[in-house]
Amino acid sequence: MPKLKDIALVLKSKNAGPFELTIDAVFGDRETFDKVAATGVLTPALFANLYNVPEESVLFTPYAPGLAFKATLPRLVSAGDVGDTDVYGAQQHAPLLNVEIPI
Amino acid sequence: MADFRMLSTSGILGYGYPEASLERGVAMGVDVIGADAGSTDPGPHYLGSGKPLNSRAATKRDLRLMMRAAVKNNLPVVVSSAGGGGGEPQLQDLADIVREIAAEDGLHFKMAMIHAEQDKGWVKDRLASGRIKPMRNAPPIDAATIDRAERIVGCMGPEPFMTALDAGAQIVISGRATDPAPWAGASMRAQMPAAPSWYAGKMLECGAASAWPKGADCIHVTVNDDGVVCEPPNPEKRCTLASVANFALHENSSPELFKEPGGLLDARKARFEQVTDRAVRITGMEWNPDDAYTIKLEGAELMGYRAITICGTRDPGLISQYDDYIEIVRGHITQKVGDVGISPDSYRLIYRAYGRDGVMAEREPLGGASGHELGILVEVLADDQETANTVLSIARVNTLHNDFPGRLCREGNMAFPFSPSDIACGPAYRFSIYHIVEPDDPLHMFPIDYETV
Repeated sequence: MPKLKDIALVLKSKNAGPFELTIDAVFGDRETFDKVAATGVLTPALFANLYNVPEESVLFTPYAPGLAFKATLPRLVSAGDVGDTDVYGAQQHAPLLNVEIPI
Repeated sequence: MADFRMLSTSGILGYGYPEASLERGVAMGVDVIGADAGSTDPGPHYLGSGKPLNSRAATKRDLRLMMRAAVKNNLPVVVSSAGGGGGEPQLQDLADIVREIAAEDGLHFKMAMIHAEQDKGWVKDRLASGRIKPMRNAPPIDAATIDRAERIVGCMGPEPFMTALDAGAQIVISGRATDPAPWAGASMRAQMPAAPSWYAGKMLECGAASAWPKGADCIHVTVNDDGVVCEPPNPEKRCTLASVANFALHENSSPELFKEPGGLLDARKARFEQVTDRAVRITGMEWNPDDAYTIKLEGAELMGYRAITICGTRDPGLISQYDDYIEIVRGHITQKVGDVGISPDSYRLIYRAYGRDGVMAEREPLGGASGHELGILVEVLADDQETANTVLSIARVNTLHNDFPGRLCREGNMAFPFSPSDIACGPAYRFSIYHIVEPDDPLHMFPIDYETV
Protein backbone atom coordinates (compact mmCIF):
# COMPACT_ATOMS: atom_id res chain seq x y z
CA MET A 1 0.00 0.00 0.00
CA PRO A 2 1.51 3.39 -0.95
CA LYS A 3 2.39 5.88 1.72
CA LEU A 4 1.75 9.60 1.49
CA LYS A 5 5.45 10.26 0.92
CA ASP A 6 5.27 8.04 -2.19
CA ILE A 7 2.34 9.78 -3.86
CA ALA A 8 2.36 13.41 -2.67
CA LEU A 9 4.06 16.19 -4.62
CA VAL A 10 4.44 18.32 -1.49
CA LEU A 11 4.13 17.55 2.23
CA LYS A 12 4.87 20.64 4.27
CA SER A 13 4.20 22.49 7.48
CA LYS A 14 4.41 26.17 8.39
CA ASN A 15 3.09 28.62 10.92
CA ALA A 16 -0.30 30.15 10.23
CA GLY A 17 0.29 33.00 12.64
CA PRO A 18 2.27 32.51 15.86
CA PHE A 19 -0.28 30.22 17.54
CA GLU A 20 -1.16 27.78 14.76
CA LEU A 21 0.56 25.25 12.56
CA THR A 22 -0.73 24.53 9.07
CA ILE A 23 0.06 21.31 7.24
CA ASP A 24 -0.43 20.80 3.51
CA ALA A 25 -0.48 17.67 1.40
CA VAL A 26 -0.41 18.56 -2.29
CA PHE A 27 -0.79 16.09 -5.16
CA GLY A 28 0.58 16.36 -8.67
CA ASP A 29 -2.52 15.58 -10.68
CA ARG A 30 -6.29 15.57 -10.39
CA GLU A 31 -6.56 11.79 -10.63
CA THR A 32 -4.34 11.22 -7.57
CA PHE A 33 -6.06 13.96 -5.61
CA ASP A 34 -9.48 12.48 -6.34
CA LYS A 35 -8.34 8.96 -5.45
CA VAL A 36 -6.83 10.13 -2.17
CA ALA A 37 -9.98 12.10 -1.38
CA ALA A 38 -12.10 9.02 -2.10
CA THR A 39 -10.17 6.88 0.40
CA GLY A 40 -11.32 9.15 3.23
CA VAL A 41 -8.01 8.64 5.04
CA LEU A 42 -7.17 12.34 5.27
CA THR A 43 -9.60 13.67 7.87
CA PRO A 44 -9.56 15.94 10.91
CA ALA A 45 -9.44 12.79 13.05
CA LEU A 46 -6.22 11.63 11.37
CA PHE A 47 -4.47 14.94 12.07
CA ALA A 48 -5.85 15.02 15.62
CA ASN A 49 -4.35 11.57 16.17
CA LEU A 50 -0.98 12.31 14.51
CA TYR A 51 -0.48 15.58 16.37
CA ASN A 52 -2.22 14.64 19.62
CA VAL A 53 -4.72 17.51 19.59
CA PRO A 54 -8.52 17.45 20.00
CA GLU A 55 -10.30 16.79 16.72
CA GLU A 56 -12.42 19.92 17.14
CA SER A 57 -9.24 22.03 17.12
CA VAL A 58 -8.32 20.87 13.60
CA LEU A 59 -9.47 23.12 10.77
CA PHE A 60 -9.47 20.79 7.75
CA THR A 61 -9.94 21.97 4.16
CA PRO A 62 -9.85 19.79 1.04
CA TYR A 63 -8.73 22.32 -1.58
CA ALA A 64 -9.49 21.04 -5.05
CA PRO A 65 -8.08 24.02 -7.02
CA GLY A 66 -4.71 23.33 -5.42
CA LEU A 67 -5.10 19.51 -5.50
CA ALA A 68 -4.38 19.76 -1.80
CA PHE A 69 -5.59 19.00 1.70
CA LYS A 70 -4.88 21.51 4.43
CA ALA A 71 -5.05 20.99 8.17
CA THR A 72 -4.50 23.81 10.65
CA LEU A 73 -4.07 23.00 14.33
CA PRO A 74 -2.67 24.56 17.53
CA ARG A 75 1.08 24.74 18.06
CA LEU A 76 2.53 23.09 21.19
CA VAL A 77 3.59 26.57 22.34
CA SER A 78 3.46 29.83 20.41
CA ALA A 79 6.32 30.54 18.01
CA GLY A 80 9.43 31.41 19.98
CA ASP A 81 7.90 30.82 23.42
CA VAL A 82 9.72 28.80 26.10
CA GLY A 83 10.52 25.33 24.80
CA ASP A 84 9.49 25.97 21.20
CA THR A 85 11.49 23.75 18.85
CA ASP A 86 10.53 25.21 15.47
CA VAL A 87 9.95 28.97 15.25
CA TYR A 88 8.83 28.82 11.61
CA GLY A 89 6.93 25.56 12.06
CA ALA A 90 8.62 24.32 8.91
CA GLN A 91 9.66 20.82 10.09
CA GLN A 92 6.46 19.40 11.57
CA HIS A 93 5.32 17.36 8.58
CA ALA A 94 7.09 14.08 9.35
CA PRO A 95 4.19 12.26 11.06
CA LEU A 96 2.36 12.35 7.71
CA LEU A 97 5.11 10.74 5.65
CA ASN A 98 4.22 7.13 6.38
CA VAL A 99 0.44 7.40 6.46
CA GLU A 100 -0.83 4.57 4.25
CA ILE A 101 -3.25 5.49 1.49
CA PRO A 102 -5.21 2.50 0.08
CA ILE A 103 -5.30 3.45 -3.58
CA MET B 1 -12.98 50.90 -16.17
CA ALA B 2 -9.23 50.98 -16.75
CA ASP B 3 -7.17 48.19 -15.23
CA PHE B 4 -5.17 48.92 -12.09
CA ARG B 5 -1.64 47.49 -12.10
CA MET B 6 0.63 46.81 -9.14
CA LEU B 7 4.20 45.57 -8.82
CA SER B 8 5.49 43.88 -5.68
CA THR B 9 9.26 43.62 -5.64
CA SER B 10 9.75 40.87 -3.08
CA GLY B 11 8.18 38.87 -0.29
CA ILE B 12 9.88 40.94 2.37
CA LEU B 13 11.77 44.17 1.73
CA GLY B 14 15.44 43.27 2.00
CA TYR B 15 15.14 39.71 0.66
CA GLY B 16 16.45 40.98 -2.68
CA TYR B 17 15.10 40.80 -6.24
CA PRO B 18 16.65 41.06 -9.71
CA GLU B 19 16.87 44.69 -10.85
CA ALA B 20 15.86 43.55 -14.34
CA SER B 21 12.56 42.24 -12.93
CA LEU B 22 11.73 45.66 -11.52
CA GLU B 23 12.54 47.27 -14.87
CA ARG B 24 10.43 44.74 -16.79
CA GLY B 25 7.61 45.09 -14.27
CA VAL B 26 7.54 48.86 -14.72
CA ALA B 27 7.64 48.40 -18.48
CA MET B 28 4.56 46.13 -18.24
CA GLY B 29 2.70 49.21 -17.01
CA VAL B 30 2.25 49.89 -13.33
CA ASP B 31 0.31 52.25 -11.08
CA VAL B 32 1.98 51.48 -7.75
CA ILE B 33 5.21 49.77 -6.65
CA GLY B 34 5.54 48.25 -3.21
CA ALA B 35 6.80 45.61 -0.86
CA ASP B 36 5.58 44.16 2.37
CA ALA B 37 8.34 44.22 5.00
CA GLY B 38 6.69 42.32 7.81
CA SER B 39 5.75 38.97 9.19
CA THR B 40 5.26 37.24 12.52
CA ASP B 41 6.95 34.21 11.04
CA PRO B 42 10.54 34.87 12.17
CA GLY B 43 9.20 34.92 15.72
CA PRO B 44 8.57 37.44 18.48
CA HIS B 45 12.08 38.95 18.65
CA TYR B 46 11.44 41.69 16.09
CA LEU B 47 8.24 43.02 17.59
CA GLY B 48 9.70 42.67 21.07
CA SER B 49 13.07 44.29 20.43
CA GLY B 50 12.01 46.81 17.80
CA LYS B 51 15.00 45.75 15.73
CA PRO B 52 14.73 45.15 11.97
CA LEU B 53 14.48 41.65 10.52
CA ASN B 54 16.73 42.33 7.54
CA SER B 55 20.07 44.11 7.31
CA ARG B 56 20.14 47.82 6.69
CA ALA B 57 22.27 47.33 3.58
CA ALA B 58 19.87 44.82 1.98
CA THR B 59 16.82 46.93 2.85
CA LYS B 60 18.45 50.04 1.43
CA ARG B 61 19.40 48.29 -1.80
CA ASP B 62 15.87 46.99 -2.37
CA LEU B 63 14.25 50.31 -1.51
CA ARG B 64 16.67 52.47 -3.50
CA LEU B 65 15.81 50.78 -6.78
CA MET B 66 12.09 51.10 -6.04
CA MET B 67 12.39 54.78 -5.13
CA ARG B 68 14.42 55.56 -8.25
CA ALA B 69 11.87 53.84 -10.47
CA ALA B 70 9.01 55.58 -8.69
CA VAL B 71 10.39 59.10 -8.95
CA LYS B 72 11.49 58.58 -12.56
CA ASN B 73 8.02 57.32 -13.56
CA ASN B 74 6.00 59.47 -11.16
CA LEU B 75 4.60 56.46 -9.29
CA PRO B 76 3.87 55.91 -5.61
CA VAL B 77 5.84 53.43 -3.49
CA VAL B 78 4.18 51.70 -0.56
CA VAL B 79 6.19 49.74 2.02
CA SER B 80 4.23 48.21 4.89
CA SER B 81 5.12 46.59 8.24
CA ALA B 82 8.51 48.30 8.51
CA GLY B 83 11.35 46.20 9.84
CA GLY B 84 9.32 43.01 10.22
CA GLY B 85 7.45 43.86 13.40
CA GLY B 86 6.07 47.20 12.26
CA GLY B 87 6.81 48.95 15.55
CA GLU B 88 7.77 52.60 15.93
CA PRO B 89 11.58 52.08 16.11
CA GLN B 90 11.42 50.04 12.92
CA LEU B 91 9.30 52.67 11.18
CA GLN B 92 11.77 55.37 12.21
CA ASP B 93 14.69 53.25 10.96
CA LEU B 94 12.97 52.83 7.60
CA ALA B 95 12.23 56.57 7.41
CA ASP B 96 15.93 57.25 7.97
CA ILE B 97 16.80 54.92 5.12
CA VAL B 98 14.29 56.69 2.85
CA ARG B 99 15.81 60.09 3.73
CA GLU B 100 19.32 58.79 3.20
CA ILE B 101 18.53 57.39 -0.24
CA ALA B 102 16.78 60.62 -1.21
CA ALA B 103 19.80 62.67 -0.17
CA GLU B 104 22.28 60.37 -1.91
CA ASP B 105 20.31 60.12 -5.14
CA GLY B 106 18.92 63.66 -5.25
CA LEU B 107 15.30 62.47 -5.08
CA HIS B 108 12.48 64.73 -3.85
CA PHE B 109 8.97 63.68 -2.84
CA LYS B 110 6.33 63.81 -0.14
CA MET B 111 6.67 60.98 2.37
CA ALA B 112 3.93 59.60 4.58
CA MET B 113 4.72 57.66 7.76
CA ILE B 114 1.78 55.68 9.12
CA HIS B 115 2.24 54.68 12.76
CA ALA B 116 0.96 51.39 14.16
CA GLU B 117 2.02 51.24 17.80
CA GLN B 118 -0.85 51.37 20.24
CA ASP B 119 -1.25 53.15 23.55
CA LYS B 120 -1.55 50.59 26.37
CA GLY B 121 -4.14 52.68 28.19
CA TRP B 122 -6.38 52.67 25.14
CA VAL B 123 -5.93 48.91 24.66
CA LYS B 124 -6.85 48.32 28.32
CA ASP B 125 -9.97 50.49 27.91
CA ARG B 126 -11.02 48.41 24.92
CA LEU B 127 -10.41 45.20 26.83
CA ALA B 128 -12.44 46.48 29.78
CA SER B 129 -15.33 47.38 27.48
CA GLY B 130 -15.37 43.90 25.91
CA ARG B 131 -14.14 44.99 22.50
CA ILE B 132 -11.06 42.73 22.37
CA LYS B 133 -11.25 39.03 21.55
CA PRO B 134 -8.51 36.39 21.06
CA MET B 135 -7.66 35.00 17.64
CA ARG B 136 -8.07 31.23 17.26
CA ASN B 137 -5.79 29.38 19.72
CA ALA B 138 -4.41 32.59 21.24
CA PRO B 139 -4.50 32.75 25.05
CA PRO B 140 -6.77 35.10 26.98
CA ILE B 141 -5.26 38.38 28.15
CA ASP B 142 -5.87 40.75 31.04
CA ALA B 143 -4.74 44.26 31.91
CA ALA B 144 -1.48 42.88 33.32
CA THR B 145 -0.70 41.21 29.96
CA ILE B 146 -1.09 44.58 28.28
CA ASP B 147 1.12 46.30 30.87
CA ARG B 148 3.83 43.66 30.45
CA ALA B 149 3.93 43.98 26.66
CA GLU B 150 7.13 45.43 25.29
CA ARG B 151 5.20 46.73 22.31
CA ILE B 152 1.67 46.42 20.90
CA VAL B 153 0.94 47.12 17.24
CA GLY B 154 -2.30 47.16 15.32
CA CYS B 155 -2.35 45.53 11.87
CA MET B 156 -3.81 48.35 9.83
CA GLY B 157 -6.23 47.85 6.97
CA PRO B 158 -6.31 49.64 3.61
CA GLU B 159 -7.82 52.91 4.81
CA PRO B 160 -4.65 54.61 6.17
CA PHE B 161 -2.88 53.87 2.87
CA MET B 162 -5.78 55.37 0.92
CA THR B 163 -5.62 58.47 3.11
CA ALA B 164 -1.87 58.85 2.63
CA LEU B 165 -2.12 58.43 -1.13
CA ASP B 166 -5.06 60.88 -1.26
CA ALA B 167 -2.83 63.39 0.53
CA GLY B 168 -0.37 63.14 -2.35
CA ALA B 169 2.35 61.13 -0.60
CA GLN B 170 4.62 59.46 -3.13
CA ILE B 171 6.60 57.34 -0.68
CA VAL B 172 4.32 55.73 1.90
CA ILE B 173 5.90 53.72 4.70
CA SER B 174 3.94 52.16 7.50
CA GLY B 175 4.13 50.25 10.73
CA ARG B 176 2.35 46.92 11.01
CA ALA B 177 -0.34 46.27 8.43
CA THR B 178 -2.04 43.11 7.26
CA ASP B 179 0.03 41.88 4.35
CA PRO B 180 -2.50 42.60 1.57
CA ALA B 181 -3.79 45.89 3.07
CA PRO B 182 -1.57 48.41 1.22
CA TRP B 183 -2.32 46.78 -2.12
CA ALA B 184 -6.04 46.54 -1.43
CA GLY B 185 -5.98 50.19 -0.40
CA ALA B 186 -4.21 51.40 -3.53
CA SER B 187 -6.56 49.39 -5.72
CA MET B 188 -9.81 50.37 -4.00
CA ARG B 189 -8.69 53.99 -4.04
CA ALA B 190 -8.59 53.61 -7.84
CA GLN B 191 -12.28 52.59 -7.67
CA MET B 192 -11.62 48.87 -8.11
CA PRO B 193 -14.06 46.56 -6.30
CA ALA B 194 -13.08 45.21 -2.89
CA ALA B 195 -12.97 41.49 -3.74
CA PRO B 196 -10.37 41.59 -6.55
CA SER B 197 -8.48 44.37 -4.74
CA TRP B 198 -8.04 42.18 -1.67
CA TYR B 199 -7.24 39.11 -3.73
CA ALA B 200 -4.61 41.13 -5.60
CA GLY B 201 -3.13 41.99 -2.22
CA LYS B 202 -2.96 38.31 -1.31
CA MET B 203 -1.12 37.60 -4.56
CA LEU B 204 1.30 40.53 -4.13
CA GLU B 205 2.19 40.19 -0.45
CA CYS B 206 4.85 37.52 -0.96
CA GLY B 207 6.45 38.75 -4.16
CA ALA B 208 6.91 36.00 -6.72
CA ALA B 209 6.02 33.19 -4.30
CA SER B 210 3.01 32.48 -6.52
CA ALA B 211 5.32 31.78 -9.48
CA TRP B 212 7.59 28.85 -10.32
CA PRO B 213 10.45 28.27 -10.03
CA LYS B 214 10.61 29.69 -6.51
CA GLY B 215 13.03 32.48 -5.59
CA ALA B 216 12.86 36.05 -4.31
CA ASP B 217 11.57 38.09 -7.23
CA CYS B 218 8.90 40.55 -8.38
CA ILE B 219 5.26 39.85 -9.24
CA HIS B 220 2.94 41.98 -11.39
CA VAL B 221 -0.80 41.93 -10.76
CA THR B 222 -3.48 43.60 -12.83
CA VAL B 223 -6.86 44.25 -11.20
CA ASN B 224 -10.08 44.83 -13.13
CA ASP B 225 -13.78 44.60 -12.34
CA ASP B 226 -13.84 40.81 -12.76
CA GLY B 227 -10.69 39.67 -11.04
CA VAL B 228 -6.91 39.73 -11.14
CA VAL B 229 -4.18 38.59 -13.51
CA CYS B 230 -0.82 37.54 -12.03
CA GLU B 231 2.35 37.46 -14.10
CA PRO B 232 5.99 37.48 -12.99
CA PRO B 233 8.10 40.06 -14.87
CA ASN B 234 11.06 37.67 -14.86
CA PRO B 235 10.77 35.71 -18.14
CA GLU B 236 12.30 32.65 -16.47
CA LYS B 237 9.34 32.38 -14.09
CA ARG B 238 5.74 31.43 -14.75
CA CYS B 239 2.46 31.63 -12.92
CA THR B 240 0.58 28.39 -13.53
CA LEU B 241 -2.74 27.09 -12.25
CA ALA B 242 -0.84 24.90 -9.83
CA SER B 243 1.62 27.57 -8.64
CA VAL B 244 -1.14 30.10 -7.99
CA ALA B 245 -3.48 27.62 -6.33
CA ASN B 246 -0.66 26.29 -4.19
CA PHE B 247 0.35 29.76 -3.11
CA ALA B 248 -3.10 30.12 -1.51
CA LEU B 249 -2.01 27.45 1.00
CA HIS B 250 0.98 29.47 2.19
CA GLU B 251 0.94 30.50 5.89
CA ASN B 252 -2.86 30.62 5.98
CA SER B 253 -5.19 28.67 8.21
CA SER B 254 -7.51 28.32 5.20
CA PRO B 255 -6.69 28.55 1.47
CA GLU B 256 -10.10 29.99 0.66
CA LEU B 257 -11.24 32.23 3.53
CA PHE B 258 -9.11 35.19 4.51
CA LYS B 259 -10.11 37.43 7.42
CA GLU B 260 -9.07 41.01 6.83
CA PRO B 261 -9.93 44.34 8.47
CA GLY B 262 -13.53 45.10 7.59
CA GLY B 263 -14.55 41.77 6.16
CA LEU B 264 -13.88 38.27 4.91
CA LEU B 265 -12.36 37.51 1.50
CA ASP B 266 -14.09 34.37 0.25
CA ALA B 267 -12.33 32.54 -2.57
CA ARG B 268 -14.38 29.33 -2.38
CA LYS B 269 -15.89 30.05 -5.79
CA ALA B 270 -12.67 31.37 -7.32
CA ARG B 271 -11.88 30.24 -10.85
CA PHE B 272 -8.30 29.94 -12.06
CA GLU B 273 -7.58 30.32 -15.75
CA GLN B 274 -4.28 30.16 -17.63
CA VAL B 275 -4.36 33.24 -19.91
CA THR B 276 -0.84 32.95 -21.33
CA ASP B 277 1.80 30.36 -20.58
CA ARG B 278 3.11 32.67 -17.84
CA ALA B 279 -0.01 34.44 -16.52
CA VAL B 280 -3.05 33.27 -14.54
CA ARG B 281 -6.39 35.03 -14.16
CA ILE B 282 -8.41 34.52 -10.97
CA THR B 283 -12.07 35.51 -10.89
CA GLY B 284 -15.12 34.79 -8.77
CA MET B 285 -13.82 35.85 -5.35
CA GLU B 286 -16.22 37.61 -3.00
CA TRP B 287 -15.86 40.21 -0.25
CA ASN B 288 -18.25 39.93 2.68
CA PRO B 289 -18.12 43.07 4.85
CA ASP B 290 -18.29 42.67 8.64
CA ASP B 291 -20.94 44.30 10.77
CA ALA B 292 -18.23 45.64 13.07
CA TYR B 293 -14.81 46.71 11.75
CA THR B 294 -11.92 44.95 13.54
CA ILE B 295 -8.15 45.29 13.68
CA LYS B 296 -5.73 42.57 14.76
CA LEU B 297 -3.41 43.44 17.64
CA GLU B 298 0.02 41.87 18.02
CA GLY B 299 2.01 42.20 21.22
CA ALA B 300 5.27 40.74 22.51
CA GLU B 301 6.61 40.58 26.04
CA LEU B 302 10.00 39.88 27.55
CA MET B 303 10.20 36.33 28.90
CA GLY B 304 13.77 36.51 30.15
CA TYR B 305 17.38 36.47 29.06
CA ARG B 306 18.82 33.46 27.30
CA ALA B 307 22.19 31.71 27.34
CA ILE B 308 22.94 28.51 25.42
CA THR B 309 25.65 25.98 24.78
CA ILE B 310 25.83 23.28 22.11
CA CYS B 311 27.46 19.89 22.56
CA GLY B 312 27.12 16.29 21.52
CA THR B 313 27.74 12.79 22.78
CA ARG B 314 29.09 9.78 20.90
CA ASP B 315 28.86 7.43 23.86
CA PRO B 316 26.31 4.63 23.38
CA GLY B 317 26.11 4.00 27.11
CA LEU B 318 25.12 7.60 27.74
CA ILE B 319 22.71 7.77 24.78
CA SER B 320 20.92 4.66 26.06
CA GLN B 321 20.26 6.28 29.46
CA TYR B 322 20.06 9.90 28.36
CA ASP B 323 16.87 10.80 30.26
CA ASP B 324 18.12 9.33 33.52
CA TYR B 325 21.44 11.05 33.06
CA ILE B 326 19.88 14.47 32.52
CA GLU B 327 17.71 13.99 35.59
CA ILE B 328 20.80 13.32 37.69
CA VAL B 329 22.61 16.27 36.14
CA ARG B 330 19.64 18.56 36.81
CA GLY B 331 19.77 17.59 40.48
CA HIS B 332 23.42 18.58 40.74
CA ILE B 333 22.81 21.83 38.87
CA THR B 334 19.93 22.81 41.14
CA GLN B 335 22.15 22.23 44.15
CA LYS B 336 25.12 24.17 42.79
CA VAL B 337 23.05 27.06 41.47
CA GLY B 338 21.45 27.32 44.90
CA ASP B 339 24.92 27.35 46.45
CA VAL B 340 25.80 30.56 44.58
CA GLY B 341 22.64 32.20 45.87
CA ILE B 342 20.39 32.02 42.80
CA SER B 343 16.75 31.27 43.52
CA PRO B 344 15.30 28.23 41.67
CA ASP B 345 12.34 30.29 40.44
CA SER B 346 14.54 32.89 38.73
CA TYR B 347 15.64 30.64 35.88
CA ARG B 348 14.57 27.76 33.67
CA LEU B 349 16.91 25.06 32.35
CA ILE B 350 15.93 23.35 29.10
CA TYR B 351 17.70 20.40 27.46
CA ARG B 352 17.06 19.75 23.77
CA ALA B 353 18.26 16.48 22.25
CA TYR B 354 18.79 16.59 18.49
CA GLY B 355 18.76 13.12 17.01
CA ARG B 356 15.83 12.28 19.25
CA ASP B 357 13.06 14.85 19.63
CA GLY B 358 14.84 18.19 19.17
CA VAL B 359 12.58 19.10 16.23
CA MET B 360 9.15 17.86 17.28
CA ALA B 361 9.30 17.55 21.11
CA GLU B 362 6.35 15.52 22.40
CA ARG B 363 4.83 15.33 18.92
CA GLU B 364 7.78 13.20 17.74
CA PRO B 365 6.22 9.89 16.66
CA LEU B 366 9.46 7.87 16.80
CA GLY B 367 10.21 8.55 20.47
CA GLY B 368 13.65 7.65 21.84
CA ALA B 369 17.07 8.16 20.29
CA SER B 370 18.46 5.46 18.02
CA GLY B 371 21.42 7.15 16.34
CA HIS B 372 25.10 6.74 17.13
CA GLU B 373 25.41 10.34 18.29
CA LEU B 374 23.12 12.84 20.00
CA GLY B 375 23.27 16.62 19.70
CA ILE B 376 22.43 18.54 22.83
CA LEU B 377 21.46 22.15 23.19
CA VAL B 378 21.46 23.39 26.76
CA GLU B 379 19.40 26.52 27.27
CA VAL B 380 18.90 28.75 30.28
CA LEU B 381 16.23 31.44 30.47
CA ALA B 382 16.66 33.69 33.48
CA ASP B 383 15.46 36.99 34.86
CA ASP B 384 18.68 38.70 33.82
CA GLN B 385 21.63 37.88 31.58
CA GLU B 386 24.14 37.49 34.40
CA THR B 387 21.97 34.86 36.07
CA ALA B 388 21.48 33.06 32.76
CA ASN B 389 25.24 33.03 32.15
CA THR B 390 25.96 31.78 35.68
CA VAL B 391 23.41 28.96 35.55
CA LEU B 392 24.58 27.92 32.09
CA SER B 393 28.18 27.79 33.25
CA ILE B 394 27.21 25.43 36.08
CA ALA B 395 25.01 23.40 33.73
CA ARG B 396 27.80 23.03 31.19
CA VAL B 397 30.31 21.71 33.71
CA ASN B 398 27.84 19.23 35.17
CA THR B 399 26.61 18.01 31.80
CA LEU B 400 30.23 17.41 30.81
CA HIS B 401 31.53 15.73 33.93
CA ASN B 402 28.79 13.90 35.83
CA ASP B 403 29.08 10.19 36.45
CA PHE B 404 26.56 7.63 35.19
CA PRO B 405 26.28 3.84 35.57
CA GLY B 406 28.75 1.95 33.39
CA ARG B 407 30.60 5.11 32.40
CA LEU B 408 33.73 4.45 30.31
CA CYS B 409 34.32 8.01 29.03
CA ARG B 410 35.62 9.27 32.34
CA GLU B 411 37.30 12.44 31.05
CA GLY B 412 34.08 13.95 29.78
CA ASN B 413 30.66 13.04 28.44
CA MET B 414 30.24 15.71 25.83
CA ALA B 415 32.03 17.04 22.76
CA PHE B 416 31.94 20.84 22.73
CA PRO B 417 32.75 22.32 19.31
CA PHE B 418 33.61 25.83 20.46
CA SER B 419 35.67 27.77 22.94
CA PRO B 420 34.13 29.68 24.56
CA SER B 421 31.28 27.21 24.63
CA ASP B 422 28.71 29.45 26.29
CA ILE B 423 26.71 31.94 24.23
CA ALA B 424 24.82 34.84 25.81
CA CYS B 425 21.77 35.46 23.59
CA GLY B 426 20.31 38.55 25.24
CA PRO B 427 16.61 39.25 25.78
CA ALA B 428 14.05 36.67 24.64
CA TYR B 429 10.44 37.56 23.86
CA ARG B 430 7.16 35.75 23.41
CA PHE B 431 4.01 36.68 21.53
CA SER B 432 1.64 37.66 24.32
CA ILE B 433 -1.18 39.36 22.42
CA TYR B 434 -2.77 38.10 19.20
CA HIS B 435 -6.27 39.50 19.40
CA ILE B 436 -8.80 41.51 17.48
CA VAL B 437 -10.05 44.88 18.66
CA GLU B 438 -12.99 46.97 17.54
CA PRO B 439 -11.70 50.50 16.87
CA ASP B 440 -13.92 53.58 16.56
CA ASP B 441 -13.05 53.76 12.88
CA PRO B 442 -10.38 52.31 10.54
CA LEU B 443 -8.08 55.33 10.86
CA HIS B 444 -7.78 56.55 14.44
CA MET B 445 -5.35 53.82 15.57
CA PHE B 446 -2.94 54.77 12.77
CA PRO B 447 -1.90 58.44 12.77
CA ILE B 448 -0.06 59.69 9.70
CA ASP B 449 2.84 62.15 9.52
CA TYR B 450 3.79 63.83 6.27
CA GLU B 451 7.24 65.10 5.40
CA THR B 452 8.69 66.83 2.36
CA VAL B 453 11.92 65.06 1.52
